[in-house]
Amino acid sequence: MNEVMETYILPDIKDLHKLDVYEANGGYKALRKALGMKPEEVTDEVKKSNLRGRGGACFPTGLKWTFMPKQTTKPKYLCVNGDESEPGTFKDRQIFELNPHLLLEGTVIACYAMGITTAYLYIRGEYGKWIRMMEKALADAYAKGYVGEKILGSEFTTNVVIHKGAGAYICGEESSLMNSIEGERGYPRVKPPFPAQNGLWGCPTTINNVETISNVPLIINNGWERYSKIGAPKHPGPILVGVSGHVNKPGVYEMPTGVPLLEIIHKYAQGIPGNKAIKAVIPGGSSTMILRGDQLEGAKMDADSMKAAGSSVGTAGMIVMDEDTDLIKVITRISKFYYHESCGQCTPCREGTGWLWKVLKRFENNDARREDIDLLMDVANNIEGNTICALGDAAAWPVQSMIRRFRDEFEKRVKVAEPRMLADASA
Amino acid sequence: MFTEENLKKIEELKKKYPTTQALVLPVLWMAQEQFGHISNDTMKYVAQLLNVPYGHILGVVTFYTMYHSKPIGKHHIEVCTNVSCMLRGSAKIVEHLEHRLGVEIGQTSPDMKWTLSEVECMGSCGTAPMFAIGEEYYENLSTEKVDKILSELT
Repeated sequence: MNEVMETYILPDIKDLHKLDVYEANGGYKALRKALGMKPEEVTDEVKKSNLRGRGGACFPTGLKWTFMPKQTTKPKYLCVNGDESEPGTFKDRQIFELNPHLLLEGTVIACYAMGITTAYLYIRGEYGKWIRMMEKALADAYAKGYVGEKILGSEFTTNVVIHKGAGAYICGEESSLMNSIEGERGYPRVKPPFPAQNGLWGCPTTINNVETISNVPLIINNGWERYSKIGAPKHPGPILVGVSGHVNKPGVYEMPTGVPLLEIIHKYAQGIPGNKAIKAVIPGGSSTMILRGDQLEGAKMDADSMKAAGSSVGTAGMIVMDEDTDLIKVITRISKFYYHESCGQCTPCREGTGWLWKVLKRFENNDARREDIDLLMDVANNIEGNTICALGDAAAWPVQSMIRRFRDEFEKRVKVAEPRMLADASA
Repeated sequence: MFTEENLKKIEELKKKYPTTQALVLPVLWMAQEQFGHISNDTMKYVAQLLNVPYGHILGVVTFYTMYHSKPIGKHHIEVCTNVSCMLRGSAKIVEHLEHRLGVEIGQTSPDMKWTLSEVECMGSCGTAPMFAIGEEYYENLSTEKVDKILSELT
């Protein structure tokens, strides 16, 4: 990478969170442009741009939008997912704080494209401070006519409602998020029916991540062709990569997709303290498969490359671990998390996550039996694919990948039976 | 009973959702802010107000970790111990807090000044280790920094 990457989502502009500063820097230009286009043209633009969801699944956003029925008597809804609770992920928070109007502009454009008149912006409850920042931005946007009745003098009306979560990782799962908005416990729903047919209150609904929606104004402003040339061709655009753990400069960095993981660690996050070796990296939030240090060569932050490397982009929240890290402690903590966050609906996940954690604690305490390694694998395999939502898979993958890639770490913690004395020679 | 202001807010909220059941989460937030915690009586009151069964409200309150059905300390310290914080020394922060406050994780001090909780990832991984007190995030913690923060809280 020779040129300095232009930043779109988090540009270095002072006070960009303020509406007048945002406007002075080309803010809400994309909305004006979009309102001059036909809604289908906006969707088409997003589709051709190849934007893929930034919430973890990398699903093509434009395609998702086309799932919304055009002819319907029911109201349609958009949910913008800002539940951001995947361990290692802290990117949406930067958007709320530094560029809230970009998110709102993208939200209104998405509503226009799909003929939606109400959007719910779901933000995790712990982000109380950031919710207030978004509320301020939203109030300003309403006052200036960017949201609400007859937006910018057009015939288009849409409202945005901020909905505060109350502390549940599972509410980041799209159907659980909808239940949470409806005032229910955050239980995931069985799919099908899919949200585009049967979402909020049984009406057509689209759910997009905060960062995904924030990409929409860029596509409209620059055109799909220019946008699709940023980063990796099959998974283009700017991406917010969060780097945490054992690095000199942790933080969220905006970059084009497709940047090598080693470059992210060494150039953006400025390497490992004490120049230690990298033992492992969790590349995209705690549910993505862990990579050994020697698997990083050639791995890049885009969907295809990460798949080839044996993991996935996820939320692009990288957790870097140096050579001295106790990986058994890491995986035990991760499993405890999924046990705590399992909603309890499906038996394999409710019971299995607890067993994973309990068995892993045996390894943590150097009290494991040799067969516990296979037992862990067996439990994980019986959770994976057998639950309503992906939390079960998310609990299984880290354990499976940790055993496959660091089996020796587990073997080291097996309790060696003390040699039994057959006869006391001194007697 | 809710304050006049809160009752007005509830009326405003009704315009934003097609059902009153959707108001359960925002109204429970309001209740917690006004009363400090959400008691059984409060749950019954909210149930009546929104015309949803009490059992439903109880189900919601017990599902979400941020709703408290029992009183908590004046300062609720929520320490993240998930992986990113763990790698950057959250165990030391927990140990220090337990020592300083004389309570263990999950406990409230007898004078009701402190509640100490372990929480899952708070989205502060780049500034780990961290804890939150109310809505305020305290980041890049060291034991010295913790001492300073605690000494400033009355």
